[in-house]
Amino acid sequence: MKSIKRALFIAGVVLLCAWTIVPIYLVALGGLGGEQVVYAWPKPFWPLSWSVHNFSAFLAIQGIWPAMLTSAEVAALCMAFSIALGAPAGYALARYAFAGANTYRLTILLTRAFPVGILALPLAVSYVRLGLYDTPLGVALIHTALALPFAVLITSSLFLGIPRELEEAAWVFGCSGFGAFRRIVLPLALPGVAATAIFAFVISWNEVFAAAVLTVRHKTLTAFLLSVLSESPPQAQFAGGFLLIVPSVIFIFLVRRYLFAMWGIASR
Amino acid sequence: MGRHRLVPYLLIAPSLLFLLLLFFVPLIQTIALAFQTGSGIGLGNFDQMAGDLDFVTAIKDTFGLVIVVVPLQLALALGMAMMLRKVRFGRDLVLWIWTIPLGISDLAAGLAWLSILTERGYLNTVLFHLRLIPRPESWLTYETPTALFFAIVIAELWRATAIVFVILVAGVQLVPAEYEEAASVFGATAWQRFRRVTLPLLRPSIQTALILRTVLAFEIFAVVLAIGGTNFPVLISQAFIWQNQNQVYGVAAAYAVLIMAITLAATLFYLLALRPRAGEPA
Amino acid sequence: MAEIRIERVVKSFGAVTVLHDVSLVVADGHFVALLGPSGCGKTTLLRIIAGLETQSDGRVLIGGRDVSGLPPRARGLAMVFQNYAVFPHMTVRENVGFGLTMARAEASRVARQTERAARLMHIEMLLDRYPAQLSGGQRQRVAVARALAVEPAVLLMDEPLSNLDALLRLEMRAELKSVLTEAGTTTIYVTHDQTEAMGLADRIAVMHQGRIVQEAVPTEVYRRPRSMFVGGFVGSPPMNFLRLSVQQGVVSLGSLELRPPAGADGTVMLGVRPEDLALAENGFGFRVQVVEPLGSHLLLTGTTEGQPLRVVVPPDTVVRTGETIALRPDVAHIAWMHPETGEALEP
Repeated sequence: MKSIKRALFIAGVVLLCAWTIVPIYLVALGGLGGEQVVYAWPKPFWPLSWSVHNFSAFLAIQGIWPAMLTSAEVAALCMAFSIALGAPAGYALARYAFAGANTYRLTILLTRAFPVGILALPLAVSYVRLGLYDTPLGVALIHTALALPFAVLITSSLFLGIPRELEEAAWVFGCSGFGAFRRIVLPLALPGVAATAIFAFVISWNEVFAAAVLTVRHKTLTAFLLSVLSESPPQAQFAGGFLLIVPSVIFIFLVRRYLFAMWGIASR
Repeated sequence: MGRHRLVPYLLIAPSLLFLLLLFFVPLIQTIALAFQTGSGIGLGNFDQMAGDLDFVTAIKDTFGLVIVVVPLQLALALGMAMMLRKVRFGRDLVLWIWTIPLGISDLAAGLAWLSILTERGYLNTVLFHLRLIPRPESWLTYETPTALFFAIVIAELWRATAIVFVILVAGVQLVPAEYEEAASVFGATAWQRFRRVTLPLLRPSIQTALILRTVLAFEIFAVVLAIGGTNFPVLISQAFIWQNQNQVYGVAAAYAVLIMAITLAATLFYLLALRPRAGEPA
Repeated sequence: MAEIRIERVVKSFGAVTVLHDVSLVVADGHFVALLGPSGCGKTTLLRIIAGLETQSDGRVLIGGRDVSGLPPRARGLAMVFQNYAVFPHMTVRENVGFGLTMARAEASRVARQTERAARLMHIEMLLDRYPAQLSGGQRQRVAVARALAVEPAVLLMDEPLSNLDALLRLEMRAELKSVLTEAGTTTIYVTHDQTEAMGLADRIAVMHQGRIVQEAVPTEVYRRPRSMFVGGFVGSPPMNFLRLSVQQGVVSLGSLELRPPAGADGTVMLGVRPEDLALAENGFGFRVQVVEPLGSHLLLTGTTEGQPLRVVVPPDTVVRTGETIALRPDVAHIAWMHPETGEALEP
């Protein structure tokens, strides 16, 4: 009886893994498998021929390259802003017990449990007045608002994981306050901060609604794909989907340990 | 060395200022915009919203989606979290695979499932090979609203269960094994242990996950557009249309305010319904 | 080498006062232990001396210099932390040499001092490893070596052995004592373990609820405790206290007649250590409730005159639970205490 249960269990786990991976594989197939895959019926489950034709066709579509570059620019800005604003706040929450710390933390959490993308609507109006409409900076700002809570909370638990005693030891043995930060805290925090940066990048790269609302001629990749959804040929859809997925999945793989640590999951 | 009492405030000031400008101010502006009509303050935008042809459908579709997706995801994520505890080999690998969807844009997820569910897509291919259908069926047209609905549900299930899953896994780790061991020593079966020991101890995580997921569920956007196009209006896609196509910002804001109000109500509901009973840790 | 003077230091956190008007002088080259239970303020006092906390009032002088407002790095001291605080991203060599590197000493001196300190703590073969590759005991040695390498005027130690297992603690205690005696550095050592304090220190300052209640050489603290708290805290098992009545200057205990100091009136607390009680022909009655054979001695728990009492007797003593035996105290080692204040009564 026990081995049947175990077999069922393993089957369940494998099934769930497959359910996650198969759709991605199919998108990759459509992206890399050549034109026939896209139009064939019934659909083949493995590539008939390897071809980047779909990709070149996709990239040749008017506006895709600029859209990708815009997405990259927006994501990079979002990454920079999130760290610049979030890391100091995370440090403050971790190291100082100050009046209002809990209120601040609660406020940060509140913004996470809120449909932030919707705020792009009034922002569109303000942006026109401020000259930020249809600019990468404008989109990056709202993306930063999305990523900031994560940046604060992740860096906060990151700095908490670096014992205060280490800084105190540095002070005793000759470092100034900033010197201790530079020599002890920063090197130890760097991997985690990098992970946070990448997470902010991914959030921005993937975001759809705000990007679509706030751009017209300088669209991000997601906004662009959305706008051509109904008209674009299937191979473009596949290639586009593939391009959306691949960087994100790779990045998340690289930083998974830090993300898990942030959410409190120990990897045995 | 922590002597300067202003230091922490200086450190959090930039982020607070930023959120003030890019969160709270737009928030107020949304509400203000929604109540501004051509002739001053009033409910004109809301009237227009309610009179919109697709309004009732959008309400039905949005709530329908949330009511079906959220409980399903909770159950699935709970099951996955419990299963993960028993995985011995390759726990890291399984954990990574099951969290891959976190890095996937909802648009990409929509495109992926579109390719599967479209007329000449993979689902039909499989059904065809199994001789269940003679030729490609379309699942995603306005003639097949139920199939369309479930298509969107499945795509969302695939994409966003990981969010709930991750929160629950973290919560499960906080449940000391001793409680369940004690329960089994005193005769509880696996199901009883789950219901009476694990689940109550997971309550805070479940509450967090539900709030987060429900709020996001009312915002499901790109998946709907990718798979359903205009055949499945939801509140947020309507807001988008009024903003970008019709360029009537007031009505778009009215939709936004409606979504925010619903979200707030849902959050309060969860906070009340799942609040700790006397004696339980918060 | 320098003298440490703590003058009337007060520390409050909001409405809670943790240190009340504490004064202490640690002579040059002496090893003083701050001994007390958790929460007595000993670690706070140490951190104030180090400059990691600021006192609410009072001064700290090191080598005659008022360091009260100075940051830790300007005070000329070194510290060993309870959790070692060994930098995980540096090798052992870089850790041990850290203080000297920060002081911009020239490379040859850094190397020399590092090697020397490493040899003293027997970690010279670990110099190129990273802390993650070391055991807890090894990391602790690195922490001590790091402090020794800078040849400080003052060495502060915050319960450095408390995270080690019992056997390691014993070994490290002996090593520390020999290394520090050789170096002759003025040392303040915080601990809650009275065996450690007794074994290592030249003088012990016993702390209780934010005050130093007795400061003397270990034997004095052991033999002539200034209060019931000190008597009960120092020594294991703790000192016994019997509440007895005084009739015309005489305390009757069984068949014994004892004379407490002149100040005793009404009732008095008789303090006597378990090992200062011996079986005797005539003495006072002790009803045995528990007999614990602990190898080197028997620990008897029971009652006298209705009050609890513990006695330590030789391991081959024949005694059974429920028996009543006669005990006699070593009169020279009785500590008489005031029943209300708990303070010792001077003879």
